[in-house]
Amino acid sequence: MSDEILRIGVFVCECGHNIAATVDTEEVARFAEELPNVVAVVQNRYTCADPGQQEIQSAIAEHNLNRVVIASCTPKIHEPTFRNCVAEAGLNPYLMEMANIREHCSWVHMKDREGATVKAKDLVASAVGRAGRLVAQDEKTFPVTDAALVIGGGVAGIQSALELADGGHQVYLIERGPSIGGIMSALDKTFPTMDCSI
Amino acid sequence: MMDAGRHPRIELLVNSEVEDVTGFVGNYRATVRRRAQYVDASECTSCGDCGDVCPVVVPDEYQQGLSSRRAIYLPFPQAVPSSYYLDADSCLGFNPIACGKCLEVCDKKCIDFDVQDELLDFEVGTVVVATGMEPYDPRPYDEYGYARFDDVVTAMEFERLICAGGPSAGELVRPSDGEVPRRVGFIQCVGSRSTTRGVPYCSNICCMNTIKQTLQIAEHYPESQQSVFYIDIRTFGKGFEDLYRRSREEGVNYVRGLPGSVEQDPETGELVVQVENTLAGRREEHRLDMLVLATALVPRKLNGDANGRRHIDEVLSLSHTSDGFVMEAHPKLKPVDAPTRGVYFAGCVEAPKDVKDSVTQAGAAASRAGNVLAAGQVRIEAITAELVADLCAQCKICAEVCPFNAIVQADKKANVYPDFIEAACAGCGTCAAECPFDAITMRHFEDAQIEAQIDAVLATDPMEKIVAFACNWCSYAGGDNAGTSRLQYPPAIRLIRTMCSGRVDQRFIWHAFEQGAPMVLVSGCHFSDCHYIDAVTWTQRRVEKVWTKMEKLGIRPERLQLEWISAAEGQKFARVMRELDEMLRTVTAEEVADTMRILEPKKLSQPKVVAAGPKAVTAAVPA
Repeated sequence: MSDEILRIGVFVCECGHNIAATVDTEEVARFAEELPNVVAVVQNRYTCADPGQQEIQSAIAEHNLNRVVIASCTPKIHEPTFRNCVAEAGLNPYLMEMANIREHCSWVHMKDREGATVKAKDLVASAVGRAGRLVAQDEKTFPVTDAALVIGGGVAGIQSALELADGGHQVYLIERGPSIGGIMSALDKTFPTMDCSI
Repeated sequence: MMDAGRHPRIELLVNSEVEDVTGFVGNYRATVRRRAQYVDASECTSCGDCGDVCPVVVPDEYQQGLSSRRAIYLPFPQAVPSSYYLDADSCLGFNPIACGKCLEVCDKKCIDFDVQDELLDFEVGTVVVATGMEPYDPRPYDEYGYARFDDVVTAMEFERLICAGGPSAGELVRPSDGEVPRRVGFIQCVGSRSTTRGVPYCSNICCMNTIKQTLQIAEHYPESQQSVFYIDIRTFGKGFEDLYRRSREEGVNYVRGLPGSVEQDPETGELVVQVENTLAGRREEHRLDMLVLATALVPRKLNGDANGRRHIDEVLSLSHTSDGFVMEAHPKLKPVDAPTRGVYFAGCVEAPKDVKDSVTQAGAAASRAGNVLAAGQVRIEAITAELVADLCAQCKICAEVCPFNAIVQADKKANVYPDFIEAACAGCGTCAAECPFDAITMRHFEDAQIEAQIDAVLATDPMEKIVAFACNWCSYAGGDNAGTSRLQYPPAIRLIRTMCSGRVDQRFIWHAFEQGAPMVLVSGCHFSDCHYIDAVTWTQRRVEKVWTKMEKLGIRPERLQLEWISAAEGQKFARVMRELDEMLRTVTAEEVADTMRILEPKKLSQPKVVAAGPKAVTAAVPA
């Protein structure tokens, strides 16, 4: 750990009703304000939308944030979105952490507002705890081999191979059987045009 | 087809299968087995002399077994490559050589029995998986009589019977006596939309395929009578409803209801179909000359192992949704991406679809794959392993456990430290978890970061909480799946995401117990789904070790649970959460306090002190 003084911003997303209808987001935001090293808490209606992202960026500037925690949906959807967002504001993208209070909370405890809110607070605390120990990272780049492997020579494989080859890329089209064509080649006519399959 | 065979930038390999794929996005290496090509395709002129003299007669797969072929044959007239093909399984020319007639008659001398399989390596940046599907075998539907009556055929067999290139040269004849059937019936959803036999989903194309077939019959044989037995007719696509209307205008009788039985009249040979017409509210008997089964489309079980898992799934770490088709990175936003970067799906491998949708998806997959290639370089997430040389005792364990061979082994005698090859590291964290000296840092998934999460969730009311470690690809995504499906479960669980369950160090588990966790869950991918080859086996071994230790220490091992939950198993995720909640209720505060007392002096959550050894020599330490 460096001697850097942590300045964490927490953004609590309502996701319209998706989160706010179950989780008391105001309560979560109040809770977040009390967490160590948290210097700014913002509630957003939709954090991923442009206004939400702008709020993150202006908060980074205004409060000189060096860590960002976004309590919203699964990182599997919006981690790239928010990494880009904080990077545009000059923060290393690996200093952003997400707390999944939608898929793992509001959507699965819809009849337990209290339990869901307690859990959301914990998930935010967990993300804040982790954020405090995050380290800036540099992503390495590697060259790409300009060739594609297409496995299967049915209509989909043939079409993919042609598109890629027409785009200027080398293609290796692998077919298990003695000819390409796949199931399509054994069809007589195809709908909706009622024309020949081959 | 011809275009693909002729394209200067497409190297076509038929009779070939992918044996292995290693590497990562932008830098894959594929090993392809090209089975022995006994006929030199570049020399063969498809004159057919060889087939004429071949004495072997076997069913012709292309014609759905409705006619025969020789052991050396042209797969079908428009085959690409346009070359005869020697089927080694049925040929008599091999050990011992009993025949060689084709060799003798081939003017071009392009047949050679001595060629061998070849293993070819290709360097590629991206992979498109287009391995397709297969039609359902309708034999479990014994009441439809496919195995009992010659004139009950599948939709694929019908395609060959009506095709000008088919065994009857396009004359629709029934297999039993070669007569043109005057009364033809179609049964829909054979194997589709069934929770008892076949598959539970709608196979997408069969309604339209049947409508197409009724129009083909109506065109060729206007005087024929046709009936279609269905549950629903689904004509959702562009132009589909028009064809359905045309079919009805041609007089095709659409009967809502699936037949209960199909028998043969011993006197007349007619097929007698008993069906409840649920629109008319009456039982009907239909006497037919031929019956076509619109069979479901099911995932291909190519080279499947005992679990039906295909070799290609293993080499590319492909997972499956509950229907058995491959799972996309995201069903809406990344519909042609595999979870593994740089791998894309096209066609029916992803789900049953018609030609138009296959072509559309193939374009999308090619575009996604082409984007990576066109970019020229690829950025790798900074989640790889790094050595902390000062702590390393050069014990070799990391290199032994790495599923990707991304670590070059240490050599204590020569004072050489393990070398971490960043490009090959996939970030599973197994090395970091197994390293007894805490000498490996997983970037972005560091010990301190994970421990901070454990501490945060246990800071208040720990007795109400279950600390869970879930792998990014399967179990965490399974939790997401439960969420998108709105499957409700009790809120005790506190999930901590790691890339792989292989990252979950024993020390994390002990740390949670030391901090007063009543229950801990470690959850990963099923063994066959592990995105890090076999990292999950280390998860299991490690958890078993902790169980043994817990038992020795007098801590109930049940308080540590191990589960395998896939990304598609939202249902299972929710069920496990409910079960864990029940178990949580059995853990008492005294028990937890006891555990904390037992563990306090043990320091099991601390790394071992580095063994006395040679001090780090800077030159030997990888940068």
